[in-house]
Amino acid sequence: MADVITYRQAVAEGIAREMRRDPAVVCLGEDIGAAGGVFKTTAGLHEEFGSGRVWDTPISEQAIVGAAMGAAMTGMRPVAEIMFSDFLACCWDYLANEIPKVRYMTGGQVTVPLVVRTANGGGLGFGAQHSQATENWALTVPGLKIAAPATPADVIGLMAAAVRSDDPVVFFEHKGLLATKGPPAPPDHVVELGQAAVLREGDDVTLVALASMVPLALTAAERLAEEGIDAEVIDLRCLVPLDAMTVLGSLAKTSRLVTVEENPYQGGWGGTLVSIVADEGFGLLDAPVRRVAAACVPLPFADVLEAEVIPTVDKVVATVRDLTTY
Amino acid sequence: MTTAPRTADGPDTAELLALYEEMAVIRRTEKAAHDLFLSGLVKGTTHLAAGHEAVAVGASAALRDDDYVFATYRGHHHALARGATPEECLAELMSRASGLCGAKGGSMHLTKASGHMLGSYAIVGAHLPMAVGAAWSARLRGTGQIAVAFFGDGATNIGAFHEALNLAAVWKLPVLFVCENNLYMEYTPIADVTAVAHPAADRAPAYGIPGEIVDGNDVVAVREAVARLAGRARAGDGPGLLEAQTYRHYGHSRADPATYRPAEEVERWLKHDPLDVARGRLAELGVPAERVAEADERAAAVVQAAVEAAKNAPAPDPREALTDVWADGGARWRT
Repeated sequence: MADVITYRQAVAEGIAREMRRDPAVVCLGEDIGAAGGVFKTTAGLHEEFGSGRVWDTPISEQAIVGAAMGAAMTGMRPVAEIMFSDFLACCWDYLANEIPKVRYMTGGQVTVPLVVRTANGGGLGFGAQHSQATENWALTVPGLKIAAPATPADVIGLMAAAVRSDDPVVFFEHKGLLATKGPPAPPDHVVELGQAAVLREGDDVTLVALASMVPLALTAAERLAEEGIDAEVIDLRCLVPLDAMTVLGSLAKTSRLVTVEENPYQGGWGGTLVSIVADEGFGLLDAPVRRVAAACVPLPFADVLEAEVIPTVDKVVATVRDLTTY
Repeated sequence: MTTAPRTADGPDTAELLALYEEMAVIRRTEKAAHDLFLSGLVKGTTHLAAGHEAVAVGASAALRDDDYVFATYRGHHHALARGATPEECLAELMSRASGLCGAKGGSMHLTKASGHMLGSYAIVGAHLPMAVGAAWSARLRGTGQIAVAFFGDGATNIGAFHEALNLAAVWKLPVLFVCENNLYMEYTPIADVTAVAHPAADRAPAYGIPGEIVDGNDVVAVREAVARLAGRARAGDGPGLLEAQTYRHYGHSRADPATYRPAEEVERWLKHDPLDVARGRLAELGVPAERVAEADERAAAVVQAAVEAAKNAPAPDPREALTDVWADGGARWRT
């Protein structure tokens, strides 16, 4: 086993492990077959499993996700790729009205065990329609589980849990993390959905992050340590189930909360988390809650403009520094 | 009746009489839904399928029991044709615990999964890709099943229709697209908003799919057309499309008196009622009128009993509102 694996390789490896384990797992999406995906996140799957299990589709997001739903309702475990998470809007009916509701509105007669994978997030200069962090879109709809891993090992572990889940899972793969490396996952590695990870322990402030904001928060924590501020860093890993208890447990120690979100402040996931903290953890807090999130504008193209919009290490450090003097 | 001759390629008299009785049950169930709505026992809305009975019953007669059916919010007839009872359906409409979906779905979402009727969908056209996926699944699992999506004429102008037809054709899947063309997209004549004369059938050639037109009020003709296309699909020859021409007896929904339809058009279609057409065929086959009357009486009794049973059924336990989100039966979304 290699010493390190990239996040990109981990996506393909995570899917491959599940396809080897369960013949009901099939993949569909645009360019995912022989081409290996535009991000090469399905590289090798077509070679190993063939066109009977890895299906290239037309540019038809509704047909991709709708067909995945029909297959999931009838005994398969499809893994559908939507190339960029911005394109979820093209098939939003399925994610908003169909997939999360059909079990409920039929009184539990059907289940929809599928995974919708999608490349999410900015930082690569793709502009307003190919850079969004859209995990908060999915969070608006009861009935979807949401995973957004930050490390290669978590990609594999959460993919295993997502594919094995009898519930629909939207799986956000961060474009900015694809080339990052980390330790490979051990065999049969499964990270249960809804378990946050405390990646760095600290007593002064709790930073809660997701996906690419996790390494950013860790870097900020190192900088803060140089200033004598000891930050605890939590990787939520999933938005649904949301591991609020791990956050509340951390606040019992630190009494200060900063969320680090790539999605816009307006409607971002931190709003939901913070409302839980206000409801159930108000007495734990010694300071206001701060949210470092994207500005409420479309994502601009130029690096200097994009950096102005989405969180940076500097912004997190400055926010925490202010908060600790409150 | 046991010695009745078969028609050339249609059902024998016993089967035709059974199909007639199924249609009669649907007609009376829809009438009961209408009356129960007016008496305040059905809330929300209903989209009644009276007039469309032959499409559901004729198609169902040509399918295997394990073939998949996907329907629209005007779907009571499809649930009934695939094994739901009038009592289950009416109880659902009346918000009773004994409803098909435990009163979580309502009129627009009748589903009988145990009969492979996998739902009624109220976002126009959304279920066509699902049927494609069910057909894909059937092929992957090698079961020989096919999937059928029933939809209205209005659905032929939405993107999902076109994406579904293309993908089904490209992957050569065993799926049938059955359009119930009742001439109106809600309140608007479909001809006024569609670029071609036959909203479904004229689109099929663009996807290399055989598109047929059938008298949707003739249960025998529907049965034969679906049997032909289903046989093709099951043999691996790919999807088929059928445009069944029919007419709804009520408005689009409960809020609609359908005053926009010309009186002579309504009169013409009411004279071509699917139950009358079936009665005519039964008479041609020499079935005595009293046998037909007996079927009507049985249908009336079944629906009357269903109405009474549904009325007497309890409301759902309010706690049921917080079940069935996840496969574990619960609704827990956080720690």
